[in-house]
Amino acid sequence: MQFLDNFLDETHHMVRATCRRFAETEIAPHAYEWEEAEEFPRALYNTAAEAGVLGVGFPEEVGGSGGSYLHAVMAIEGLMRGGSTGVTVGLGTAGIALPAIIQSGSAELIDRFVRPALAGETVSALCITEPGAGSDVAGIQTRAIREGDSYRVNGSKMFITSGVRADILTTLVRTSDDPHLGLSFLVIESASPGVSVSRSLKKTGWRASDTAEIAFDDVVVPADQLVGPEGSAFVTLMKNFQMERLALAAYGMATAEIALEETKKYVAERKAFDRPIGSFQVTRHKIADMATQVVALKTLVYQVAKRMEEGFDATTEVSMAKNLAAETAIAVTYEAVQLHGGMGYMRETLVERLSRDARLLPIGGGTQEIMKEIISRRL
Amino acid sequence: MKILVAVKRVTDPDARIRLNADATGIDMTGVEYKVNPFCENAVEGALQLRDAAGGEVVVVSIGPEEVDTYIRTGLAMGGDRGIRVPLEDENLDSDVVARVLAALVAKEEPELVMLGKQAIDGDNNQVAQLLAGYLGWPQACFASEIALSDDQQSAEVTREVDGGLEVLNVGLPAVISADLRLNEPRYASLPGIMKAKRKTIDVYEAADLGVDTTVKVRVLKLESPPERAAGIKVDSVDDLLGKLRNEAKAL
Ligand SMILES: Cc1cc2nc3c(=O)[nH]c(=O)nc-3n(C[C@H](O)[C@H](O)[C@H](O)COP(=O)(O)OP(=O)(O)OC[C@H]3O[C@@H](n4cnc5c(N)ncnc54)[C@H](O)[C@@H]3O)c2cc1C
Repeated sequence: MQFLDNFLDETHHMVRATCRRFAETEIAPHAYEWEEAEEFPRALYNTAAEAGVLGVGFPEEVGGSGGSYLHAVMAIEGLMRGGSTGVTVGLGTAGIALPAIIQSGSAELIDRFVRPALAGETVSALCITEPGAGSDVAGIQTRAIREGDSYRVNGSKMFITSGVRADILTTLVRTSDDPHLGLSFLVIESASPGVSVSRSLKKTGWRASDTAEIAFDDVVVPADQLVGPEGSAFVTLMKNFQMERLALAAYGMATAEIALEETKKYVAERKAFDRPIGSFQVTRHKIADMATQVVALKTLVYQVAKRMEEGFDATTEVSMAKNLAAETAIAVTYEAVQLHGGMGYMRETLVERLSRDARLLPIGGGTQEIMKEIISRRL
Repeated sequence: MKILVAVKRVTDPDARIRLNADATGIDMTGVEYKVNPFCENAVEGALQLRDAAGGEVVVVSIGPEEVDTYIRTGLAMGGDRGIRVPLEDENLDSDVVARVLAALVAKEEPELVMLGKQAIDGDNNQVAQLLAGYLGWPQACFASEIALSDDQQSAEVTREVDGGLEVLNVGLPAVISADLRLNEPRYASLPGIMKAKRKTIDVYEAADLGVDTTVKVRVLKLESPPERAAGIKVDSVDDLLGKLRNEAKAL
């Protein structure tokens, strides 16, 4: 879409093209099979790391590929061309699990946990949500009690992306009763005694990614696996939500754009009443509406990413972008399915999958309602 | 060893192609470009040879400023520098391209020129052969394997031909065109992409290179193929054989 090229320099184009080529070669041919199997091969983490796809947006000093927010958006745009949001988010959990560790600045934690994850050797996950607390982050109950040189952790986490096979879990725990200042991050290794996956969850969409309920039962975690000072997690978390929301906005943007392109192709081919269905005025107008929504969304997402790169506090706008992306992805995939007719309801059809994947966008990473709370308080 | 490798942008093969108003070309509205896949094999081949033998890879393309992206991609994969000759797509045919490349060879004096075996837009499959002709160099087209001799004076090139493999020994300097089987092109990594930003792309005007840019082939008119009629279903293999024999006369 050349209209928005003023946001992008050559490096952005190349990151997107590289990630797209990776996705079209390594993901697209298997997307259907992996979605049905509700899993993609673990080896894909290594392949993605070797291709430099995994580390986009992470500094080279910690083993990443460099680049900033807009490069990260480009990587998502490119990877989504594999046709599976599940695979993209599964590969992408490092993007939410590692930032807190990197920001803590501890060379030891970075060497032990960040580098191997960015090299594709380990799988990482972020554990915030619990069976009893989602939107209300400060309501979490998982406790970490200091005992000498270690913490004893008890509690459980819910809906954890990549949680079934993650090696390292960046886990939000309660280290004291203060609602906000009592929150800390611990890196917990899933191989530690007492960590178990209670359930592998079956989902509407994002099916190629695994999602877990995880139990911590008297898990002993060395105190040097505390991320930053005790009680510092809430601030870190609020900061990192910005990147997560930008990423979710990018998923929505890519979802809508791909659904639009698939539909344009389909209505040009499919005939009814001796004419391509794309020649009916009502179809053309639907496509025009979808395209307008996609351009509006992309403009907002690119602008937010650009401003975040410049250090602007875009808390309000990134929340708006996340909401607009969720609404647009749902609206556009709805029409895409509609214009595909019966084929639009078949699992082998890409827009069917995208329409299911889109439904998560107003829920995950802060719900539509929570975004509106943030926006309205800041207006 | 100095290797000149040529890259071309092509229209996205997955895009729905429409003819322009006067049917002399493709309507480019909403159609994106991509790098020709065979050119990626050529770049990868050149990089592998350089990594083994030392030297320099110069990535070349002909076209407007936008083709810098494709040169830059070659540089991000590991190419050392780039050259662009600004000519518009509609003023190019295989022969002009070959003449421009021949002029660049005269200027750069590489020991090897690598190209994709053909571009997947026009599928002409001519530039490598024309170039070798103009230079009076040996050619090895559709390479699926290249082995450089120890003294770097020749290369053994395996080429895929109908019914088997042919192995050629070409003395250098030579022109080699790459087939898909030659290699798996590497991905341009972001650190590579960042480094490529600082590599130079020289722009040489065709006139300054002394190239006559008169085209020999002009496209007068293009036509979309006729709509395919619907197929039929046959009841049995015998029925199918009968139709193939009597109606299609294919057996
Ligand atoms: C596929 C998937 C993957 C996920 N991956 C992860 C992960 O990797 N790591 C992780 O930690 N979590 C993950 N989550 C959890 C996700 O972030 C939460 O589901 C989300 O934050 C909502 O929390 P909840 O499910 O507890 O809903 P609740 O908080 O119970 O909300 C239920 C409803 O109440 C509304 N509501 C709540 N509070 C308010 C309010 N103050 N005002 C108005 N309305 C309100 C909500 O908007 C929502 O509509 C994932 C979830 C899913 C479905």
